[in-house]
Amino acid sequence: MSDTTDGQVLTTQDGKPLKAALARALRREKLRALMLIAPLLIFVLITFVAPIADMLFRSVENGIVADTLPRTVIAIQEWDPNSGEVPSEEVFAALYGDMVVAVDQKTHTRLGSRLNYEQSGISSLFRKTGRRIKRMDEAGPFKEQFLDADRKWGNVSTWQVLKQFSPRYTGGYFLNSFDAQQTAEGIEMKPADERIYLFLFGRTLFLSIVITVSCLLLGYPIAFLLAALPLRTSNLLMILVLLPFWTSLLVRTSAWKVLLQQQGVINDFLVWTGIISDAGRLVMINNQTGTIIAMTHILLPFMILPLYSVMKTISPSYVRAAKSLGANDWIAFWRVYFPQSVPGIGAGAVLVFILSIGYYITPELVGGTSGIFISNRIAYHISSSLNWGLAASLGTLLLVAVLMLFVVYDKIVGIDNVKLG
Amino acid sequence: MKLKTVILAGTALAFAGSAALAKDLTVVSWGGAYQASQKNAYTDPYSAENPDINVIWDESSNEAVAKLRAMNEAGNITWDLVDVVASDAIRLCDEGLALEINPDEDLAAAPDGTPASEDFGDLLVSECFIPQIVYSTTFGYRSDVDEWGGKEPTEICDIFDLETFPGKRSLEKRPINNMEWALLCDGVPKDEVYNVLETEEGQAQAFAKLDSIKDNVVWWSAGAETPQLLADKEVVIGSTYNGRLFALIEEQKQPVKMLWDAQVFDLDGWIIPAGLPEDRLAEVKKLVKYATDTQRLADQAKYISYGPARKSSAPLVGQHAKLGIDMAPHMPTDPNNAKNTFLYNYEWWADYRDDIDAKFQAWLSQ
Repeated sequence: MSDTTDGQVLTTQDGKPLKAALARALRREKLRALMLIAPLLIFVLITFVAPIADMLFRSVENGIVADTLPRTVIAIQEWDPNSGEVPSEEVFAALYGDMVVAVDQKTHTRLGSRLNYEQSGISSLFRKTGRRIKRMDEAGPFKEQFLDADRKWGNVSTWQVLKQFSPRYTGGYFLNSFDAQQTAEGIEMKPADERIYLFLFGRTLFLSIVITVSCLLLGYPIAFLLAALPLRTSNLLMILVLLPFWTSLLVRTSAWKVLLQQQGVINDFLVWTGIISDAGRLVMINNQTGTIIAMTHILLPFMILPLYSVMKTISPSYVRAAKSLGANDWIAFWRVYFPQSVPGIGAGAVLVFILSIGYYITPELVGGTSGIFISNRIAYHISSSLNWGLAASLGTLLLVAVLMLFVVYDKIVGIDNVKLG
Repeated sequence: MKLKTVILAGTALAFAGSAALAKDLTVVSWGGAYQASQKNAYTDPYSAENPDINVIWDESSNEAVAKLRAMNEAGNITWDLVDVVASDAIRLCDEGLALEINPDEDLAAAPDGTPASEDFGDLLVSECFIPQIVYSTTFGYRSDVDEWGGKEPTEICDIFDLETFPGKRSLEKRPINNMEWALLCDGVPKDEVYNVLETEEGQAQAFAKLDSIKDNVVWWSAGAETPQLLADKEVVIGSTYNGRLFALIEEQKQPVKMLWDAQVFDLDGWIIPAGLPEDRLAEVKKLVKYATDTQRLADQAKYISYGPARKSSAPLVGQHAKLGIDMAPHMPTDPNNAKNTFLYNYEWWADYRDDIDAKFQAWLSQ
């Protein structure tokens, strides 16, 4: 089997082994190809991969405590959080030293906001202590003076939080994303009235699947029609598909509000025709129904276009052949036409699903309380609460969930079986 | 080689030239009628007096906190002056993203010589915050609801009275204000609201009260939603900012009235981003000093029904620039409107917002 047995090695004219020469030539070729795509590759790495990696890294990064209170972090290692007592005078002295520097650099309030995500009240604790620090006696005793500045320094829980989040890396954000928390006894679920993220993840997945399926049910016949009609008619139809696609997202979402609200066009019409009574007006917006309807409409072109471009390549002669061999319309469609359109379904479904799982502006506007997605919470933590660590860990989980679904999809349908045209 | 030099020199000259002609200041605000009132009252007269200053408006106040943090991390601050609400100013100050100011040095004294720190008084809620207006979150209701049999809501607790005042309400999709109103209407005295809300039982009590109307609430996230919902008859009572209701009632002549009872005061004002280069900072400080003096704050009330933050501006408030009606009776601070007001506790919410917001969102999704 081996081609290196003596006397059988193939060589080039100058006596080098043919295999090595070939490999070298191929390598040179590959390098040249790499050089050609290098600008794009570097661009993608810098503007796309690096920011995402940086954002994902924030979900575990927690250097702020050790950077702001370096001496305290070392001193507190000796302290036993389960002792039921606040740390010793030395820790307070270290805290004083750190706080003087932090107040000077104005970093103490920043640390306060960070730790406030873990326990309410720490934000004002640091702000208040920062104001008092200059008036404290440098000679000590520090414990008394800190307790005097704010009683919360006398709470064991304050110090437990400080110690728990003193390492440079934390799993706290991820625990939070799973509605769990680290306590003195170990990891446990949060109280029932604070659990929200797992529920929202579930709802996001469920609604995205519902939206994908309804896009498919509505889009398939349209794409079929587009592919089957003569060119002139189908072009007109295509414009009708693309026109809303080019209209502003906000305009389309607001239009659905006008249509669907209780005093809206659809309800008015139904009351006028007598189908429903004036008191029994349907609630179709500010809930899940609103989200599903508006998002299905917005994402429909992303289903129709890949379906259409795949269907366009299916030759009508296959269906004719099936019919001439005795199949009726349904069998000809189901056994011959449909299997050939599956790559389009795959492409459209993946596209719509991925887009809808990360959507947030439409659910925010028409979703009320029962139709919002996990992305709405991510947006809240990015822009409002500034808890970027939690936003990053929620985002990471969303990314992992999508990748896992991709793997499942690959196992069931096969990722090669996706065609955009 | 020669050509290149010429081009380079030309470009350099062009840049130098534009810099000498006008200094650009980027001012960030909320857009809409509010930003227009600022432009009319503050920057248009300022640009007229200082032709070398070119003010560029940006409508990003909504996401100012996150954007300022991103700019700070990138080390490139492109904004010079940012309009934010007081709670955001506190947050930005805590994060070290806003510049601390010295009111008596950086802000103009009142015409009678009262220093700015006294003229603004308690409204200087953070070291970084330069107050501009007092606005309130309050309720508007439709005055033509047949089911109410001629009655009209007169107090805040009528919001929770579904029997006398049936119909949908709109409330903001966040805990602030809603929790306080719920406790007030559940018999908690005004000065104990935050002490009660600090406890688990108090939070449960507020949620229980809100539960009683939950099925009849439309939750809003943008201030323009309630006026729209009221105009469309989607809701019969709704909370929003008082200026939005003024526009709905006086400009669009909708059959809507103000409730005013238990209105919650809030502040809006400027912050200067931390880390501006010296020359830009000097220009911004000049603009801020001008834009927040007594006359300028009173002028703004000609265009929008928000109360000026200076005590000395109040007597100067006149008539609406277009409608010609007296603005004083439409100010949240007018004695007739401010019979029963609620003071929003910034420090308290800075501490409890993360925690209670998580519970509020969990409660909403149940």
